[in-house]
Amino acid sequence: MTEPTSTASQLDLDESNKTYLDANELILNMGPQHPATHGVLRVILKLDGEKVLGLECVIGYLHRGVEKIAENRTYTMFNPYVDRMDYVAAVSNGLGYCEAVEKLLNIEAPDRANYVRVILTELNRIASHQLWLGTHALDIGAMTPLFYTFRDREEILKIFEKYCGARLTTHAFRIGGCQYETYEGFEKDVKKFVAFVAPKIDEYEELLTTNRIWVERTKNVGVISAKDCIGLGVTGPVLRASGVKWDLRKKQPYAAYSKFDFEIPTGQNGDTYDRYLVRMAEMRQSLRIIQQAVDSIPEGPIMAKVPKVMKPPVGEIYHSIEAPKGELGYFIVSDGSTQPYRIRVRPPSFVNLQALDLMCRGQLIADVIAVIGTLDIVLGEVDR
Amino acid sequence: MVSKLKRQFGSGIEALTYLGQNYLNVDRSLIPNLLKILCDEEQFGYCVDITAVHYPKRERQFDILWILYSFERNERMRVKTQVADGEHIPSVVSIWSTANWLEREAYDMFGIQFDGHPDLKRILLPDGWKGHPLRKDYGIIQQDQEWVQINLGIESGQ
Repeated sequence: MTEPTSTASQLDLDESNKTYLDANELILNMGPQHPATHGVLRVILKLDGEKVLGLECVIGYLHRGVEKIAENRTYTMFNPYVDRMDYVAAVSNGLGYCEAVEKLLNIEAPDRANYVRVILTELNRIASHQLWLGTHALDIGAMTPLFYTFRDREEILKIFEKYCGARLTTHAFRIGGCQYETYEGFEKDVKKFVAFVAPKIDEYEELLTTNRIWVERTKNVGVISAKDCIGLGVTGPVLRASGVKWDLRKKQPYAAYSKFDFEIPTGQNGDTYDRYLVRMAEMRQSLRIIQQAVDSIPEGPIMAKVPKVMKPPVGEIYHSIEAPKGELGYFIVSDGSTQPYRIRVRPPSFVNLQALDLMCRGQLIADVIAVIGTLDIVLGEVDR
Repeated sequence: MVSKLKRQFGSGIEALTYLGQNYLNVDRSLIPNLLKILCDEEQFGYCVDITAVHYPKRERQFDILWILYSFERNERMRVKTQVADGEHIPSVVSIWSTANWLEREAYDMFGIQFDGHPDLKRILLPDGWKGHPLRKDYGIIQQDQEWVQINLGIESGQ
């Protein structure tokens, strides 16, 4: 968007000095109840006219003390709680937690369980990206994609529901594998979904990729360089859109990811448009992974032999996975008892949100909405 | 790398491995110099997480951890040190800007003071809250009743 001439530059004030007190400086409060902040995020904007000079995020409205709860539950009992953090990608949360505890217990999930885990996690990645695309486009003013993406996301939720009975907070995995064997016709449903959704992704792209309003609203908006991303700890599609080819599924493969052939899509400019393209490409790569996994899913047990009472030996572990939003890590300390001594969740949304200030400086208020959308945050995970 | 660091810093470093994960148990006096060298010279340019663990029975009650990652080496490293209750620790915001919120969270949850942090205040809990919930002596249903009564206008949050 073209920037209006700012009052500050008309008055010939030093633009680089952001702390000057000027009569034209305005503090604007946005949220916590605001439809475009995707939950209860409060942003305090410092404005010069319509231009953002800086901002501060106020978070914690959804804080439930998940890490404290963990210390008062057994390892098995805490498993469903992780779904309530990033509730649009509950399956990924569960995968990270179960794998971390398995490492601590020194057990390995059977092959078949790993394949089922990959299929469900990738389905969830597509669902998460679809939800992101619909709401992000809605924030910017394109209403149609929301209906398209929610219609198609429904098909994924139906598979989840048939598999484990829940649609959102699935609790799909158990420590040591998956509790449920796949239902009759699971492979068929998944294959049908892959064939169904591939052309739909083209459809979303048709609506947006060359749409002039979309391009104007997203190109060169919220630019962040690779160096800033790394310094700020930003991971996931945001990092990749800035040109860093880094994905934990490739770099430190977990579950069965090392067995599949897929690409890591990257962008160059690190702007909102590139992040959109990266996520669109990621959905296609996820479909590739699902297709391969469902074609080669091995027979065998779905659950490893797990002790009834889990008492991991004294020690600590950090395990992280590539969640749809970035690196999701679990740091678990065991004191040898049935309850974890400490669980620390390294949430991608929380860390990524810190980049909002940098990405919005010098942009317009309307772009703040676009940048919050493009960061793809879930407040349940930011606040935990 | 470890032997090089040991030569530089002397005996304050203990290199350990558990379940294939490397970590350094270091003396508190080596922070932040050791972290700066890990970032600048050993390519650990990405600070994944900063967190703490509370051991109330120990003399130095808190473990503070920096989880680092190197893109060049594709390697993780944890640095761990022990501090006593009330003891300050240097902030690493000047090394990794991501430390800003992570240190604020550690302060919020454990009450650990980071020296040199640009704006060390609570992040998840409200500003006027008393107590640090992730300490072991803070009960699971414990709340700052006074804060709840004044700000929410209810007798109790339970």
